[in-house]
Amino acid sequence: MKKTSADVLPVEGVYGDEPLLAVDDLHVEFRTRAGIVRAVNGVSYTVNPGETLAVLGESGSGKSVTAQAIMGILDMPPAHIPHGEIRFKGTDLLKLSEEARTQVRGQRIAMIFQDALSALNPVFTVGWQISEMFRVHRGMSKADAMKKAVELMDRVRIPAARQRVNDYPHQFSGGMRQRIMIAMSIALDPEVLIADEPTTALDVTVQAQIMDLLADLQRESQMGLILITHDLGVVADVADKIAVMYAGRIVERASVHDIYRAPAHPYTKGLLESIPRVDLKGQDLYAIKGLPPNLLELPTGCAFHPRCPYRQDNCVTDVPPLYQISGTRGSACHYWREVLDGER
Amino acid sequence: MGRYIIRRLLQSIPVLLGATLLIFTIVFALPGDPIAALAGEKQSNPNLVAILRERYHLNDPLLLQYWHYISGVLFRGDLGINFSEVPVSQLLAGKFQVTLNLALTALIIEALVGVGLGLWAALRRGKATDTMILASTLLLISVPTLVSGFILQYILGVKLKQWTGADIFPIAGIANGLRSYLLPGFVLAGVSIAYLTRLTRTSLAETLRADFIRTATAKGLSRRRVVGRHALRNALIPLITFLGADLGNLMGGAVITERIFNLPGIGLQLFDSVYLREQPVVVGIVTILVLIYIVANLAVDLMYAVLDPRIRYE
Amino acid sequence: MNEATGQSGHTSALAEAPTPGGLPKAKSGRPASLWSDAWADLRRKPIFLISCGIIAVLVLMAMWPSLFSSVDPFNARTCELATARQLPSAGHPFGRDNLGCDLYARTIYGAANSLVIGISTTIFAALIGGLLGLVAGFFGGATDTVASRVTEIFFAIPSILGALLIGSTFRDSGLGIWLVVISLTVLGWPMTFRIMRAAVITAKSQDFVVAARALGAGPGRIMFRHLLPNALAPVIVVATINLGGFIAAEAALSYLGVGVQPPEISWGLMIADAQRRFLEAPLPLIFPAVFLSITVLAFIMLGDAVRDALDPKLR
Repeated sequence: MKKTSADVLPVEGVYGDEPLLAVDDLHVEFRTRAGIVRAVNGVSYTVNPGETLAVLGESGSGKSVTAQAIMGILDMPPAHIPHGEIRFKGTDLLKLSEEARTQVRGQRIAMIFQDALSALNPVFTVGWQISEMFRVHRGMSKADAMKKAVELMDRVRIPAARQRVNDYPHQFSGGMRQRIMIAMSIALDPEVLIADEPTTALDVTVQAQIMDLLADLQRESQMGLILITHDLGVVADVADKIAVMYAGRIVERASVHDIYRAPAHPYTKGLLESIPRVDLKGQDLYAIKGLPPNLLELPTGCAFHPRCPYRQDNCVTDVPPLYQISGTRGSACHYWREVLDGER
Repeated sequence: MGRYIIRRLLQSIPVLLGATLLIFTIVFALPGDPIAALAGEKQSNPNLVAILRERYHLNDPLLLQYWHYISGVLFRGDLGINFSEVPVSQLLAGKFQVTLNLALTALIIEALVGVGLGLWAALRRGKATDTMILASTLLLISVPTLVSGFILQYILGVKLKQWTGADIFPIAGIANGLRSYLLPGFVLAGVSIAYLTRLTRTSLAETLRADFIRTATAKGLSRRRVVGRHALRNALIPLITFLGADLGNLMGGAVITERIFNLPGIGLQLFDSVYLREQPVVVGIVTILVLIYIVANLAVDLMYAVLDPRIRYE
Repeated sequence: MNEATGQSGHTSALAEAPTPGGLPKAKSGRPASLWSDAWADLRRKPIFLISCGIIAVLVLMAMWPSLFSSVDPFNARTCELATARQLPSAGHPFGRDNLGCDLYARTIYGAANSLVIGISTTIFAALIGGLLGLVAGFFGGATDTVASRVTEIFFAIPSILGALLIGSTFRDSGLGIWLVVISLTVLGWPMTFRIMRAAVITAKSQDFVVAARALGAGPGRIMFRHLLPNALAPVIVVATINLGGFIAAEAALSYLGVGVQPPEISWGLMIADAQRRFLEAPLPLIFPAVFLSITVLAFIMLGDAVRDALDPKLR
């Protein structure tokens, strides 16, 4: 009999006031030959059951690295976590043994990836890959596990699941593959689901279907959902709160409503303004000027200062803390008031 | 699938014809008169020579001779007869078995040692074990069969017997059954072991970087299962095709090993037949090896389809 | 770098970070920087420096063997049958062979044929295979089909047996060591053909080639100015690695009696001569065998180093 996760994760008692998942002042760095790449520099966020947190940022902002640190699937080395905690129901996952972490991965915290074609093993049938969760973690027989796989494929609305369970990943369309990925991740009813750019590789119409599916599944199971994306448009309908990341830090934290109404960080503002809008048709699309930061040599002070229209002298020297604006809302900009008021 | 096999076999015909014609032409140009060589020192009877020349089509033009030969191979599976009236297929059957035994022994050693070392190196990538294995592949590639054959024969065949008193590795002949093939098999496999080790290492290391490996880890599978099931199944595909194609190479390259260990295989036979100007035997051996090359390559392609579901032959 | 876990977008951002030298690594399209990068890389590699050192000594040995040995092995009077298989002694550091000739001098003088045959075969095979591959890859269609089928024929014939046949057929042609070069070239060029053809087909679809063609550059100009420089790296890598193989093949052919012929000296011939008395007197076989292995090793190491430098992907 396999150990159940409760044996190695005595978390239920301490849970109490703690959020379901809390990332606390997390730092991740990659020690490469070219130097130390500081990919995550003190990120904190929380997710509660039934809640959707959208983590927004461009590539290199550290949003995926943070997620991989939560999953414990970073390659260490070259990755190192010099500081920080990742608390799942009050227990710091970083302090668990590798064995205990394996029990959390996939069973209690699951993850889906961007490109389902490369994320699924090409030489095994989708049924085999989904049912593996039940065989390995629940000790089910092959036949029972396969039945469960078909049920799951039904649940993620794959047509003719029974006939297709023995097909290979390459025989499915992009959207269907992502559904298989989702079926695999929710197989063991995880409490937290991390979706890393789940729709980026898909057509726009399929994107909406996948987001709907994720939202439905979350409603049914009350999972905490972390939705990682670079696309503000994707998260508007499904997210409860948003954390915007830039150069390994959270630069703004707010509810979806607040962010859309009035961003409090120049980077968020730039992202919002670069979304094509029907009502502004014909005008030039706004683009944030400059290049994403070089993680080997981060700019001094506020990492965004070389690209910032609100820059003052102290932005070059002083790292802005996450200023509390109201309640849980925060902005890491010395001049958040000016940004909020829309002055430029 | 059936149609694919037929199409591939049809495509192989020009290769078979081209290769055998090429060899036939070279052999035809072999200096000296084979009939005179047959008679040896004796003065041969001119009438008999004329009859024999007629019988073996030696007076016909090259292309016609070739046609006599290849039509026999293709339509009757007949490799002809040598100048002592022994059917070539009968003459070669035993020799062929020896070379096949040798090549298969080499292939098994190669698969076990090469894949084993390669996996070990890939899992210890960048560590001392990895460096050591890589360095030893370099040595293995660099020591020609000619050298490794004699040195291993001396150390494992002669000296080991002197020290231990047990004849573990016979140094010549095939009198000791399968045991006779162990040492020659290892010598023949040498360079291939090194290449397979490197290929295995690269293949597994590359597979371990694939996205689906990250998925497997994220599923909460043990490292053992991630590597042993998810990575290995993918990493093995190029290795099996390498091994399939290598069987032909091993059989074709066995002549040095056969000579060092005095194994009566087709390589040694070819060597002898070239000196005896036994043209039918020479061409017969090369024809067999070309056929093996063609079949092995087809088998490799079909194995690909079995191992990798993404590949489908119409 | 974090290739395994980095989400794809993230990795590419990291990959754009400057290299230690401060210059961004060129990706493709600019062969000049590929070569200079490779050279900078090679100069710091011990394995490259060691193999170059060994090859330099071998070249010296091949060109001026008398620098290394005062005994002239071609002079029959230096051999004394009575002293056959004598163990190493003063003046004869490797001892004497089956005919009582000085083993050290013969081993030194054997380097020339190995190097000449190895290097010439490599050059000829690369030229023939490379040119045919360039033409087949560039023109495609029927040209490619025919060339590829012909290559297939040569692939189907086991090289050592094919070379054995050619060598024995034309034994009396008077070509000397060049017969070995020819028979090894005939069976060695298809490898280069495949590599070159594949590289040309890849390069052909790259933007700068398409652009050159759109600007009206002729086939000759496109092939030699645009395709060749871009397809050269893999060919050079394979050629260097094959060089060691050709040297080993020369020894094998000489051992079989269809390579270098006496009175010429070759390590393969020396091994064949020593073989008969090998079990009682191993040294006459071991010395040429060790020299042969070290020579092959040097070229294989060189090939490995060049490949690592030219193809950073494989590291």
